[in-house]
Amino acid sequence: MASMIPGARARFAFGLGLAGLLVTSGGGVTAERASAVPDHADARTISHVLNRLGFGPRPGDVERVEKMGLAAYIDQQLTPDRIPDDVVEGRLAEFATLKMSAHDIATKFLVPAQQARQAAQVQAGKAAQQTGQTMATPDPNMASAPPPNAPPNMAANAPPYLRPNAQNIVATPEMRMLQQQEQNVVNELVEQKLLRETLSERQLNEVLVDFWFNHFNVFVNKGQEERAYLTEYERDVIRPHVLGNFRDLLGAVAHSPAMLYYLDNWESVDPNAQERTLAEQESRIKGMVNPMAQAVARQNIARQREQMQKQGARGLNENYGRELMELHTLGVDGGYTQKDVIEVARALTGWTINQPNQGGGFAFRAQVHDPGPKTILGVTFPAGGGEAEGNRVLDLLARHPSTAHHIAFQLAQRLVADEPPAALVDRAAKKFLDTDGDLREVVRTIVTSPEFFAADDYGAKVKTPLEFVVSAARATNASVDNVQPLIAALRNQLGMPPYGCVPPTGYSMTADAWVNTGALLSRMNFALQLVSNQMRGLRVDVASLAPTVDDDTRARVVQTLFAGQVSTSTTQTLAKAQNPQYLLALALGSPEFQKR
Amino acid sequence: MMTRRVFMKNGGLALVSLGFAPAFVARTVQAAQPRKKALVAIFQRGAVDGLNMVVPFGEQAYYAARPSIAIPRPNVADGAVDLNGFFGLHPRMAPLAPFFKRGELAIVHACGSPDETRSHFDAQDYMESGTPGNKGTRDGWMNRYLHAKEHAAASPFRAVALASSLPRSLQGTEPALAINQINQFGIRAGRNSDMVQSTFEDEYAAAADALLHKTGGEAFNAVKMLKDVNTATYAPAGNAQYPNSAFGGALKQIAQLIKSDLGLEVAFTELTGWDTHVQQGNSTGQLANRLDDFAKSIAAFGTDMGEQMADIVLVTMSEFGRAVQENGNRGTDHGHGNAMFILGGPVQGGKVYGTWPGLEVGQRWEGRDLAITTDFRDVFSEIVSGHLGATDVSKIFPGHATKGPLGFLRA
Repeated sequence: MASMIPGARARFAFGLGLAGLLVTSGGGVTAERASAVPDHADARTISHVLNRLGFGPRPGDVERVEKMGLAAYIDQQLTPDRIPDDVVEGRLAEFATLKMSAHDIATKFLVPAQQARQAAQVQAGKAAQQTGQTMATPDPNMASAPPPNAPPNMAANAPPYLRPNAQNIVATPEMRMLQQQEQNVVNELVEQKLLRETLSERQLNEVLVDFWFNHFNVFVNKGQEERAYLTEYERDVIRPHVLGNFRDLLGAVAHSPAMLYYLDNWESVDPNAQERTLAEQESRIKGMVNPMAQAVARQNIARQREQMQKQGARGLNENYGRELMELHTLGVDGGYTQKDVIEVARALTGWTINQPNQGGGFAFRAQVHDPGPKTILGVTFPAGGGEAEGNRVLDLLARHPSTAHHIAFQLAQRLVADEPPAALVDRAAKKFLDTDGDLREVVRTIVTSPEFFAADDYGAKVKTPLEFVVSAARATNASVDNVQPLIAALRNQLGMPPYGCVPPTGYSMTADAWVNTGALLSRMNFALQLVSNQMRGLRVDVASLAPTVDDDTRARVVQTLFAGQVSTSTTQTLAKAQNPQYLLALALGSPEFQKR
Repeated sequence: MMTRRVFMKNGGLALVSLGFAPAFVARTVQAAQPRKKALVAIFQRGAVDGLNMVVPFGEQAYYAARPSIAIPRPNVADGAVDLNGFFGLHPRMAPLAPFFKRGELAIVHACGSPDETRSHFDAQDYMESGTPGNKGTRDGWMNRYLHAKEHAAASPFRAVALASSLPRSLQGTEPALAINQINQFGIRAGRNSDMVQSTFEDEYAAAADALLHKTGGEAFNAVKMLKDVNTATYAPAGNAQYPNSAFGGALKQIAQLIKSDLGLEVAFTELTGWDTHVQQGNSTGQLANRLDDFAKSIAAFGTDMGEQMADIVLVTMSEFGRAVQENGNRGTDHGHGNAMFILGGPVQGGKVYGTWPGLEVGQRWEGRDLAITTDFRDVFSEIVSGHLGATDVSKIFPGHATKGPLGFLRA
């Protein structure tokens, strides 16, 4: 940003004196690296912190932080358990599926709806037949069940969260109820996300839940199975670890059905496993005394062989092995080879899911695990490592210097700048290694660094669509009865549906991905709709934010939304607003509000 | 300057009877200004049953595998529309038959992705990223084409998806628009729209951030360009009848955008409802109804664009085909090879391209699916190089060694 407050740089030098006194959550005192949090931060600096550690300030937030002290605020945000969050908790109490297991979600809601839909399709087909449409009688001998590994019937039957125009079968009241219950699972999940981000006092925690979910991305429409697991994945796998230990987080993800399903590891088996099992059966036959039983067993094996030839042997799937290194840990330039990908995938064969269509849990299947020796990143894993071998691989990856650097870079990119300063990334990576992956300390290193408080970089990040809609709702202090309009905007206009990112890369956190013509117009229209109270379920009290359009009101809006920092030209264009609604819309749709 | 639009308005009447009239139009338009080539890409999401769309009625194995859902041979009630004595169109796709007979429509059969996945999600992703087997690719192949091709100051309408969000195919570094309805593209503030829009425009014209400044400028430029495009009064040419469906509406709007001469080069749209595991139907029923919309919409587009099709190639795709054998629910499960349609003036049509692998069990992929003899990237490669003029296809389909053109484009 062109304008700069004189003296901003001097102030964090002043703040250094405090660093030795800053008690960390672990009870220790960080003296070796000075905190650059200014003692007496101005509104602009506080607003910067609220934009980076959270989804932007609400009216009055800057003053509240000023009162408690910026260092204390940051420290509090780093220990979210200590922050009461009654409003959000009250709102979420009524969301029943948020507390349910994947198994209960699958068996109570998803499977019954799926079955009802299929029954209705069969019924519709029969009805078509009875009305004289040609359809040959099927030969019952030709009927064949889908192969056991065939993916479920997902796309056409997906609930309309990502396909608002999907055609539903004409429904009976019972069927409508089943479909509503099914859709309710994803709806509650998406709504809780937006509600927390908009209303939670634990703003940094919510930023990090979004960050880590995106880092370990899974996609809602991968299949009905994925939808059953999603709630549990965010709640039990991601959320408890965002300020915890990286190895714990990585291990929880690696054991999660959501990830095993999304990146296909649940289907990855040692290509020799089937043959090995058959050979074992054959050697047992030799020991059999009853010739009848022997013959039956032989026949059985022959049948399995025939089946195997027909369907092709199942084999190794490298997807998870690759993304585990490329995206989750080492990074694409982290120094691994294609051979390492294959070896990691081999080590993780047998890591699967118990009854994925019923929302079952993690299972290790020794009979499909590749028992051979492996070499990964130069480290030898002897034969017969079993389930523990995969855990050793995770140890190796979690503690690798490339991982420390990759995670430090990603966090700094989210919290500081699209191209984060190399010195900061290096310090955060060192903290990662020194603390054995203590994510709280890595984040603390970043958000108390001089680079974080470099005033030139205030407002340097372009908001993602998610950050834009949530920050707009917060900045206008919108009363939120229903977050569906925010979700609809993200899904239908802004191209960032929550849980809707298809590739495992997750959504991009840099400007180039989000600034395009259509999206920009959609942001302006969103601003207009929000402040003219056209969004059902959201209400902006325009009169209290901007009672008129006079100079004082404009100054107040600029202070609330931008901590006073807007360009002269935006100030001039805001003066053209003829009524308070347009004043607010022009402010929320302005170039300045697209940044944080 | 005489634009093609003006030329077409003035000269259109004389050309109506000539169909796409590629040779004639080529000469005349070249004289007026450089040709603007366009690609229209259509994704049939959900894996259409290619074997009932382009029916291999010459295969006994087809009828043996599909006792209740096969399309009868031509010249009987509800039979396939004969194309070449071996393949036929689904009877509800009859509106496309005249294009095939006139040599404007080509088909590539037994085509698809070399990746073995039977997951919709993965296979769509691979077809759009253009890198089967590699999940890490961030951009789509159409965007890489836009990037690889040298272009002067591009119109904001160079790449447009008639869809609610930008498809994976068009994601990447080059700008691309996703428009649900073109008559809703712009600032919507009721009576005050113009005032609010011009104020926003002022804000972005003065934006300190270079990217926001540039993009804001492009956005308002695009809105102004669309001002003259009135969807309410649009009258398709040649008495073309678009179905009153989402897909028909999308193709109609693409036709309007191209005719409005806004610099459109790549258009994308999509339609769903192909995942027919249960009660697929045969000449009538579930799939037939989807194919009816599909074929009527494309036929209307071809008719509406008329001689302008000389510069347009329309291509259809679907993530994979469906199993040869029908299942226990009179439907079909996920398969492998599939069929693609290629329509346009530059097309050497009237022919089914590719090597037919046969449908006997031993000829199938993994014993169950139509085998793939043409990599889908070979089809796209031929279009981006032969039609759109990209010179380095390896940047668009990295790591893919194309087998060379199938020859479905005129030299």
